[in-house]
Amino acid sequence: MFDFIISFIPRAVAQGIPLLYGCTGEIITEKSGNLNLGIPGVMYVGGICGVIGSFLYERTLGGAPINPALGILIPLISCIVGSMLMGLIYCFLTVTLRANQNVTGLAMTTFGIGLGNFFGGSLIKLTGADIPSISLTATSNLFRTTLPFAGSTGWFGQVFFSYGFLAYVAILIAIGASFCLNRTRIGLQLRAVGENPATADAAGISITRYKYVATCAGCVIAGLGGLYFVMDYANGIWSNDAFGDRGWLAIALVIFTIWRPAASIPASILFGGLYILHLFIPTGTDLAVKELYKMLPYIVTIVVLVLTSLRNKRENQPPESLGLPYFREDR
Amino acid sequence: MHGKQPAVSLRNISKSFGPIQANNDVSLDIYRGEVLALLGENGSGKTTLMNMLSGIYYPDTGQILMDGKPVSIGSPKDAFDHGVGMIHQHFKLVNVFTATENIVLGLKDEGGFDLKAAAAKVKKICDDYGFDVDPNQKVYDMSVSQKQTVEIVKLLYRGAEILILDEPTAVLTPQETDKLFAVLRNMRDDGKTIVIITHKLTEVKELSDRVVVLRKGEYVGEMVTAEATTQEMTNMMVGRQVTLNIDRPDPEMKYRMERIRVKNLTIKNREGVTKLDNVSFSAYTGEILGIAGISGSGQKELLEAIAGLQTVESGSIEYNVDNEQVEQLIGMDPLKIAGMGVVLSFVPEDRLGMGLVGSMDLTDNMMLRSFRNGLSPLTDRKEPRHLAELVVDELEVNTPGVDTPVSKLSGGNVQKVLVGREIAAAPTVLLSAYAVRGLDVNSSYLIYDLLNRQKGNGVAVIYVGEDLDVLLELCDRILVLCGGKVSGIVDGRTTTKNEVGLMMTKLGGGEER
Repeated sequence: MFDFIISFIPRAVAQGIPLLYGCTGEIITEKSGNLNLGIPGVMYVGGICGVIGSFLYERTLGGAPINPALGILIPLISCIVGSMLMGLIYCFLTVTLRANQNVTGLAMTTFGIGLGNFFGGSLIKLTGADIPSISLTATSNLFRTTLPFAGSTGWFGQVFFSYGFLAYVAILIAIGASFCLNRTRIGLQLRAVGENPATADAAGISITRYKYVATCAGCVIAGLGGLYFVMDYANGIWSNDAFGDRGWLAIALVIFTIWRPAASIPASILFGGLYILHLFIPTGTDLAVKELYKMLPYIVTIVVLVLTSLRNKRENQPPESLGLPYFREDR
Repeated sequence: MHGKQPAVSLRNISKSFGPIQANNDVSLDIYRGEVLALLGENGSGKTTLMNMLSGIYYPDTGQILMDGKPVSIGSPKDAFDHGVGMIHQHFKLVNVFTATENIVLGLKDEGGFDLKAAAAKVKKICDDYGFDVDPNQKVYDMSVSQKQTVEIVKLLYRGAEILILDEPTAVLTPQETDKLFAVLRNMRDDGKTIVIITHKLTEVKELSDRVVVLRKGEYVGEMVTAEATTQEMTNMMVGRQVTLNIDRPDPEMKYRMERIRVKNLTIKNREGVTKLDNVSFSAYTGEILGIAGISGSGQKELLEAIAGLQTVESGSIEYNVDNEQVEQLIGMDPLKIAGMGVVLSFVPEDRLGMGLVGSMDLTDNMMLRSFRNGLSPLTDRKEPRHLAELVVDELEVNTPGVDTPVSKLSGGNVQKVLVGREIAAAPTVLLSAYAVRGLDVNSSYLIYDLLNRQKGNGVAVIYVGEDLDVLLELCDRILVLCGGKVSGIVDGRTTTKNEVGLMMTKLGGGEER
């Protein structure tokens, strides 16, 4: 049993980290009043941009050993630029042009996944390989480098130190976001923008700037989740549609944690565990039962939704003006 | 007072929204240490003018001078920097924040972000001026008057010297109003400048030192309050001679009959909180029964129960068809109740949202009452259109046509459409709540007139109102609610404002012990 838990936890964490990135990014976005349903697309774009960057870099090497700094920085920066562009498009449509946020978000998801599959397909053609995937082993090895003493500390090291640096960054970002939202002036003002933009505006806070910055920052964070998935979780192997429905799970996680980034750290690991539980439960040959187990994260989300609406506490509600455009002279 | 340098001078200010000229060439001066009342009807541009001083809008033409120097106020922040703060009719507060969080919102104090120190500073301001606010209370837990206090403290915290209040008493009880006025006088004596925007003449008289009157976006004149009479102010505001008394014809005793009899009515809301507690009263034909009470004392629940929209805990509501036949309304289908002639016109705070659909035009809104008529699967649009035209004509609704969405009309016109439609149904019982909410003198009188006509037709009118002066002048009897209980039923002709006000805050009235 103990051995089972020791082998289960690292896999749950590895599953949970992309969700944690997506969830933290979406919480920051939603706190500004923008309901960005484009997160799955943004994470997808984040992943493919990282892949494009490192693919082109690895090709220029032509067999020479990879420079560790460049090997990490190039995909990282490509990913950040790509996801930020997605955030800018979303903001331009919903904040500047005041388009409907739901429609825009869903369009961004479709667009992002299409974009990812298009470039994924192009790169696969370039490699000329038989299997429809790209393998970036050298880059992935950099991203998967663990702390040096991880292997020598037994089960403790396996549970706590056996991850690539992006996993720790995710947790630091979540803690930082939590601190920023609840303890700083910027956080207070950001929450005011999402709760009641007219009030924030009257207090001299620039609504447009906060919405743009929060949404773009949220997109960058979510995009890193896509990068982590490809480079660390999937061992640097990109194949189209492998990311699956993790983006939607991240949005479900936002509701599950009731808009609290700190709570999303354990919650994302829990979701990650639920997501792969079906691999660990002996179900025999009946595949239908496995499919039922895959529903678990969503069922948990629904249960939490029911429970929080029953308790009906004002703090547990979504930001009051979530999903609504703001126009100062609107009457 | 004159001869001094004005703290603020507005010079030749004009502002238009599309084709509508909200302010035209307005000039006025505001002096330090005075209470200035800005008086005018709805749509006369008072709020727009002050919004330009507080940075919400920017004037099209004209100049704002502060202490004689021209300034440009492009945002609320600029206004704060010049010591100008405004309290809007709809409070600008974040519900899930505490009082302190709301107060420091948007401030960039030097040094770290310290909510504890801010809370202490808030406490000190409250103690200095005698405000009653807990710095750590969440706004959604506060009463309306506490929220208003938070707004005032917010401005003082920012060091505002000039405070603009937009219809501050619209949501307060008489006692709360007195308290507010006392605080405002305190602040004036402390050297602050206060501008109140209002259309209530009694408040102008009671509080202000000087009054400036606007009409249709233009400056029409100013008076020193102490030297002016209410009649003079009204004439200046409306632009012609108006009679200030609301008609109150005596009820026809001959046909007087008990129409609605409510007995021991108790209502709990979904959270199990008692909203109405053992309420009993009767409404007679040919009379206006007023219902007074602090907002949220159960007025809405009472009317909805009669209209069949509320689940009732216990008690009975009887409807007298004639002297022999009595129907029990509780448990009856709302449609059937409406069919018996019981109509409800409820004007909520946002004026839309109950009874009218903002994005639909006048004709379609008329259809909301009649679309079930007839057997044809297609709706009849001709008759509602005719009715819409009739309402527009009779009630002088100011609209480009009956095909205009109601959300495009001004508040007063929206209300006329709502009340007009309900009256057109030839009711036997007219339940009217806040029919004149936010309306100016002229439009209000039109509505009072409509209600009186219904009374003359033998309709039992139940009128829920906010303005005690109006209730006292319009209603034959007044039922006072206090926290869901009947505090008493008084005769509208003999009672006093003070008596009703006390009954609103305390069961059975009586002096504070």
